[in-house]
Formats: sequence, C-alpha cells, structure tokens
Amino acid sequence: MNKLQIVLSGILKNNPTFVLVLGMCPTLGTTTSAINGMGMGVATMAVLIMSNLVISLIKNFIPDKVRIPAFIVVIASFVTIIQMLMQAYVPSLYASLGVFIPLIVVNCIILGRAEAFASKNGPLDSILDGVGIGIGFTLSLTAIGAVREVLGSGAIFGYSLGISDYMPLVFVLAPGAFLVLGYLMVLFNKLAKK
Amino acid sequence: MKSTLFNMVAVLFTITLIASAGVGAVNMITEEPIAAAKQAATTAALQNVLPAFEQNSVSEQEIDGLPIKVYTATSGETVVGYAVESMTKNGFGGAIRMMVGFLPDGNIYNVNVLEQAETPGLGTKMCDEGNALISSIKDKNAFTLEFKVKKDGGELDALTAATISSRAYYDAVARAKEAYLVASGKKQWADGVTSATATVETNEGETAQEGGKDE
Repeated sequence: MNKLQIVLSGILKNNPTFVLVLGMCPTLGTTTSAINGMGMGVATMAVLIMSNLVISLIKNFIPDKVRIPAFIVVIASFVTIIQMLMQAYVPSLYASLGVFIPLIVVNCIILGRAEAFASKNGPLDSILDGVGIGIGFTLSLTAIGAVREVLGSGAIFGYSLGISDYMPLVFVLAPGAFLVLGYLMVLFNKLAKK
Repeated sequence: MKSTLFNMVAVLFTITLIASAGVGAVNMITEEPIAAAKQAATTAALQNVLPAFEQNSVSEQEIDGLPIKVYTATSGETVVGYAVESMTKNGFGGAIRMMVGFLPDGNIYNVNVLEQAETPGLGTKMCDEGNALISSIKDKNAFTLEFKVKKDGGELDALTAATISSRAYYDAVARAKEAYLVASGKKQWADGVTSATATVETNEGETAQEGGKDE
C-alpha cells in the first residue's frame, strides 16, 4: 500500500468514528465543545502514533498468547507519560479533559490498531497509520464537538455567537451526543460513498 | 512467535520493566513542572479572590471529612483577607472545588471555582464571571447569609435549570465560611454556634454538624 493511501484511509475509508465506529466512549463523552473534542483527538493521536511505532518494533519478540497484555502495558505507559507531560506543560487543557486522558488506555481504537495494523506492518507504515487514524479521529471529534457547541450553547471554539439563549441545551447533554453522532455518521457515509 | 511459559514470563517481565523505567524517568522530569503549575494555579486563584497581599500562610482543617485549606493573606502586619479552598461532593457531576475569599470583616470578596464536572452549559455557568451564584453572595456578609437557594426557602439565586449544582456551590461556600470562622478566631460571632470559646477539636465537631444541615 502506498504511503499516502495509509494516511488517507485512516481519515476516510477507515475513519475510526464514522466508519469503524470505535472509541465511542470518549467520542460521546468529550465532544461537548469543539476544543475539548480536538484536545482529546490530539492526545489520542499522540498515544496512537507512539504505541503503533513501539508495537511494530517489538512485535517479533512477543509470544502470541501474551500479546494483548504486552500491548496494553505499552499503551498504558504512553498514556501515563502523555498525562504527566500535559499536567506539567498544558495544565489548562489537562484540567478540561480531566478523567478522559487516563481512559485513552481503554480506547479500543488504540488496541484495535495495534492488533489489526501495527502487529502486522513495519514501523514507518505503523506511524503513518497512527497519523491517519489520529487525524481521522481528531477531525471527527472536532466536527461533533463543533456541531454540539453551536446547536447547544450557540458558540464555536468558545466564541459566543450571541444566540446562546435560543439554542436547545439538549445538544450539549448526553442525548444530544447520540443525535449529532448519528446524523453526522449518516452524512459522512453518504458523502464518502460518492 | 510461539508461546512457551518461559518466553511469556520473560517477555512480559522485560516489557513491564522497561515501561516502568520509562514512566519513572518521565515522572522525574515532570515532577517539578507539575508542582510549579499547581503552585501557579493556587497563586492565581488567591490573587483572584483576595485584595492585593504580600504574603500568605496556610493552615488545614477537616470539615465533614473533607480537607479544607485556609490561606491567611497579610500585607505587612495587617491581615487583608482569608482565602478558603473548600469543596463539596454534592455536585451534579461529582466533587466541586473552589477558592472563597473573605475580607477580615466577614464580607465575601470573590469566589473562584477551581475544579468541577458539572453539565456543560448549565452547571458550568458557576465558573462564569458575574453569574447568578457569585452575584448573590459577592460583597455580602458571610455572617448574615443563609446559604440556601430560593427553592429551599432561602434567599439566594440559583442557576437556571441547575439547582443541584447551585445547592452544591452554596454548600461549599458554607463550608468555607465555617473554616474561615475557625481560622480567623471569629467562631463565636457566627449564628447558631453557642460556645464562644472552644478548642480546635470541638470547633470542628460543631462545624461538622453545621455542614450537615446544608446537605
């Protein structure tokens, strides 16, 4: 597979949110605003790229029966490292994402890509897959967050559009997350088919 | 790779060893910046809830089993205010931590919510400038205020559609007031507290009951 295709497939054909439908827990939980969705996407992408790289490097040394625990240890270490780095250097973003950062460990996108891609491909391809899937995830989360923020609180990326009093709050709440996700999924698949 | 007991144990042991060494190394690097970031956040919150001050000293109390920190801010010899880092567990989305600034005369100078997980767009309005909660207690005297929302027969405004968050907010402020009274030695001025002088332990016992009423 050509290198550019690996990246593009993560964004379109294998979009983790709208096509693979993986990682729904952070998707529904963090997308209350565009910036939160984006922060979560970028943090996930960082973990994904590093874990994909390391797993593709060590894949030949891992006995089959213990590969899942081995992958989880690698992923958990990177998540902890990212968490500490964010806490140290971007405390405000860390405060707003809070509990969802440690939850990246159990994000099935990361384990899924480790199992489905990184454990079968070389380091460079695995990094590119991480970049592609990471961008796909970030864009999807930002899109869901932006739609929910505009519809629910009448703002975009924190800038109020001055219509907040007329917007249905439900879009910021949990039911709105399902509604927006569902309709964006329909839209994405309709457009992607063409 | 084929699995044998030996290679499974060896590989997992090696991976966990390397992983923990890596995490430990990063921890050593980030320990200081994390402490510095926390310190900076505390200082910023103090400056936000208190008038200008030169120094502060910190003391700790425990009210209803929750740790409460009281920062006494001084300018020269004069006490310019007390900032209480209070919290409640009654928020709609779990714990809410806040810094409440009191002037020496008992007026509430400002409140700064440090940490909350309330519903976005509803309960999170407690962090906004000049929201209904802060404006109903700001510059009011803590001694005369009853920390109850209108729905519960009190006089304080609540956030629209976020009564639970509002109750929790005032619960934390009420607890801050208790800590402030103890720290500033004005316990006897407070309403409903009978014993004028008491040791620290009995003070805390009473505050536990006081806090209990608000919940």
